[in-house]
Amino acid sequence: MGMIVSIEEIAPAFKRYVVESPEVARKHEAGQFVIVLMGEHAERIPLTIADTDPEAGTITLVVQEVGKSTMEMGTMKAGDPIQVVGPLGKATHIENFGTCVCIGGGAGIAPMLPIARALKDAGNKVVSILGGRNEELIILRPEMIEASHEMIYTTDDGSFGKKGVVTDALKEYIEEHGKPDLVIAIGPAIMMKFVALMTKDYEIPTVVSLNTIMIDGTGMCGGCRVAVGGDSKFVCVDGPEFDAHEVDFDLMMKRQRIYLEEEEIARKRFLEQHACRATDGVEVS
Amino acid sequence: MAREKIEKKERMKIPRQPMPAQEPMDRIKNFNEVALGFTEELALAEADRCLECKKPKCVDGCPVGIDIPGFIVAIQQADFEGALAIIKKDNTLPAICGRVCPQEDQCEIVCVTGKKAEPVAIGRLERYVADWEMAQEGEVKMPELPPASGFKVAVVGSGPAGLACAADLALRGHKVTIYEALHKPGGVLVYGIPEFRLPKKIVQEEIGNLEKLGVEIRCNFVIGKTASVEELFSEYGFDAVFLGTGAGLPYFMGIPGENYIGVLSANEFLTRVNLMKAFAFPDFDTPVRLGDNVAVVGSGNVAMDCLRTAKRLGAKNVICLYRRTRDESPARLEELEHAEEEDIDFRWLASPVEIYGNEEGLVTGARVQVMELGEPDDSGRRRPVPIEGDQYDIELDQLIMGIGQGPNPLVTKSTKGLELNRWGNIVVDEETMMTSIDGVFAGGDIVTGAATVILAMGAGKKASEGIDAYLRGTAEASKTA
Ligand SMILES: Cc1cc2nc3c(=O)[nH]c(=O)nc-3n(C[C@H](O)[C@H](O)[C@H](O)COP(=O)(O)OP(=O)(O)OC[C@H]3O[C@@H](n4cnc5c(N)ncnc54)[C@H](O)[C@@H]3O)c2cc1C
Ligand SMILES: Cc1cc2nc3c(=O)[nH]c(=O)nc-3n(C[C@H](O)[C@H](O)[C@H](O)COP(=O)(O)OP(=O)(O)OC[C@H]3O[C@@H](n4cnc5c(N)ncnc54)[C@H](O)[C@@H]3O)c2cc1C
Ligand code: SF4
Ligand code: SF4
Ligand code: FES
Repeated sequence: MGMIVSIEEIAPAFKRYVVESPEVARKHEAGQFVIVLMGEHAERIPLTIADTDPEAGTITLVVQEVGKSTMEMGTMKAGDPIQVVGPLGKATHIENFGTCVCIGGGAGIAPMLPIARALKDAGNKVVSILGGRNEELIILRPEMIEASHEMIYTTDDGSFGKKGVVTDALKEYIEEHGKPDLVIAIGPAIMMKFVALMTKDYEIPTVVSLNTIMIDGTGMCGGCRVAVGGDSKFVCVDGPEFDAHEVDFDLMMKRQRIYLEEEEIARKRFLEQHACRATDGVEVS
Repeated sequence: MAREKIEKKERMKIPRQPMPAQEPMDRIKNFNEVALGFTEELALAEADRCLECKKPKCVDGCPVGIDIPGFIVAIQQADFEGALAIIKKDNTLPAICGRVCPQEDQCEIVCVTGKKAEPVAIGRLERYVADWEMAQEGEVKMPELPPASGFKVAVVGSGPAGLACAADLALRGHKVTIYEALHKPGGVLVYGIPEFRLPKKIVQEEIGNLEKLGVEIRCNFVIGKTASVEELFSEYGFDAVFLGTGAGLPYFMGIPGENYIGVLSANEFLTRVNLMKAFAFPDFDTPVRLGDNVAVVGSGNVAMDCLRTAKRLGAKNVICLYRRTRDESPARLEELEHAEEEDIDFRWLASPVEIYGNEEGLVTGARVQVMELGEPDDSGRRRPVPIEGDQYDIELDQLIMGIGQGPNPLVTKSTKGLELNRWGNIVVDEETMMTSIDGVFAGGDIVTGAATVILAMGAGKKASEGIDAYLRGTAEASKTA
């Protein structure tokens, strides 16, 4: 059993949670996640470990409020109990590759942070490309600047950095500086798909971290499975990171939508019950 | 209150007492227990059928060797407390085993009464006394604990193997901590077997009793992730470890179309419904998808549970696809009969070879291959062989794979020096249940492959003896060193 130590809003519909969980903090490696559970009626939701403080026995989670469970989590307070299990999934394979381009989109910036840090510590040149709808939604900027050698930003509305999407910035970077040794992309499935298509043409090794629907997170149900190189893989134990060029993103996107109707029912019901709470910034990505 | 003994000749004339049960058309609308249990009257009448054999065959048929005539005679005398004490010597979880043991293949198949008439309903009697105890007012009597041994044992997994091992170790004076990956203890008893077959209240009661023995249960703790087996010794200070991690890895068939939406493993389906309570969505947050037409592949207990759960969730047509016939079906007879009463469409000698889906990735149907039985295979069962050209299509909204599970590799792959067999199960010394690593023991499905509750429980109990001997041995050794 863990406990929420602090909650802080870092952008519209984005909150940073510091959660007490000493065992997880001690064992965590970049790329791993936890599953949290808020009570008797709750579902199990996977969240990447964005940061840890092993001394204090805490982990940091950065959560985008997209539906019932993440919104409910947003109503919790410091001192509230929360069940946490982990660290789950395989750690990122870290070595000195040379130049690494780290592409983070939306909530995908949070899981990128520990990976960028680990790559930098291993002697890589880290170039981060962060994308979001507008300036406010490019989260964790100070932390990412510290973890990177070079920063590139893109926004849909051009309010900050380059106007456009992350693949435009990647293409520009490659044309100017040549091919990096590794690309890592974490964000919405559609973003990862287009990064993968581009780097496949350039023949740049590329890793993506997949966010399929999970239940147990320990390899017991197969609900998180995706097709990778024609084989079925369980994201929670075989991943969450895979060779981007082998992933069947179209299938994965369909599988992410399995419970769309039910999610909408749950979201509406939650909002009705919490009618007093403002609904600003809540938009399903 | 002694009852009068009945002549042996007369006993054979008493018919096997029927089990009261919910009516099929009522029960498919709820998740309440189907078999309601004997009344005292039925239990006494059933107990009177036992011949008190001098060499009771039934005892050999029970994997843990319960003194069956012993406890049945106690029932005849209406001494239910005495009956329970006899059962508990060998079986820590009688309320559970009485409900889910495949009795017709174990204790009851060899019962002498069964030669001329129907066998004594041993499982139902066992259930009766266990339920009788739970219905008594006040606290369950707890055995006295011996003085603390000073040893600490970690039990990994809280299925029947882990629960039995932990209880026995606690009764031997050791300090036990159970580590469970999920957020609720009980293993398959909680996430797999549905409420209508095994009420969760019973499992909780057993777990509560375990806690009263001083056993600590840490849920949300994955061995191999949160801590390794090595760390349980080096950092957590345990003197021995028991691995009872079960057979939790779902198998798929490897046929085209398996990733369509609506194709899922029995584990996923049952976990959503039983552990996460998806039948009560949106009061519970986890949903489960269903349509009118549902097929389940397989015909074991797991498949029966899926079929009957789908029916209760409101599916109109629920089809069982099994590549052999009813005779080879590995499910408990009672489950098979209950499923038949609940209007499940059994298609024997049928196996899907391809799954169809639409543009959105939703499953729409399957192509079914018709089989026939050929020569016996290694297991002695006649092997199903496809009849060439004999295939048909069915329309589906959901297809559930209930074809079996393998060992979950989380612990086995992360533990150096642990010897496994070619299926990935842990190899143990059959006497002590110790693995290839000193001080690490194992039992249950992780050793045998998917088996039964009573075998897992028996293995946990046996391992506790091995662990106890090991601990006392090392203690002696360190004293003399
Ligand atoms: C390995 C992994 C790491 C993740 N890390 C983060 C993170 O660091 N920060 C963050 O904000 N989000 C993260 N997510 C996504 C997060 O788990 C989902 O946003 C959350 O479960 C949505 O729940 P909800 O009830 O709020 O929304 P819902 O309305 O239920 O769902 C919104 C969308 O989230 C996805 N989703 C729904 N249920 C689940 C589930 N049980 N498991 C996974 N995805 C689901 C679906 O695609 C759905 O369309 C991660 C997901 C995975 C698999
Ligand atoms: C749907 C279904 C119906 C069944 N019906 C019957 C029946 O009617 N009769 C019968 O006799 N048998 C039945 N069985 C089989 C029976 O349930 C199993 O043989 C038995 O539960 C095995 O017990 P176990 O303790 O070895 O493992 P399990 O019950 O599988 O328990 C293992 C536990 O270990 C936990 N675990 C796994 N890995 C880790 C880890 N790394 N760290 C921490 N914890 C971990 C799991 O979460 C789980 O709780 C059924 C099985 C299923 C799936
Ligand atoms: S434990 Fe199972 S096999 Fe043994 S007597 Fe009871 S019902 Fe029969
Ligand atoms: S074999 Fe049957 S009749 Fe004989 S003791 Fe066992 S239960 Fe009774
Ligand atoms: S979430 Fe169940 S196997 Fe991955």
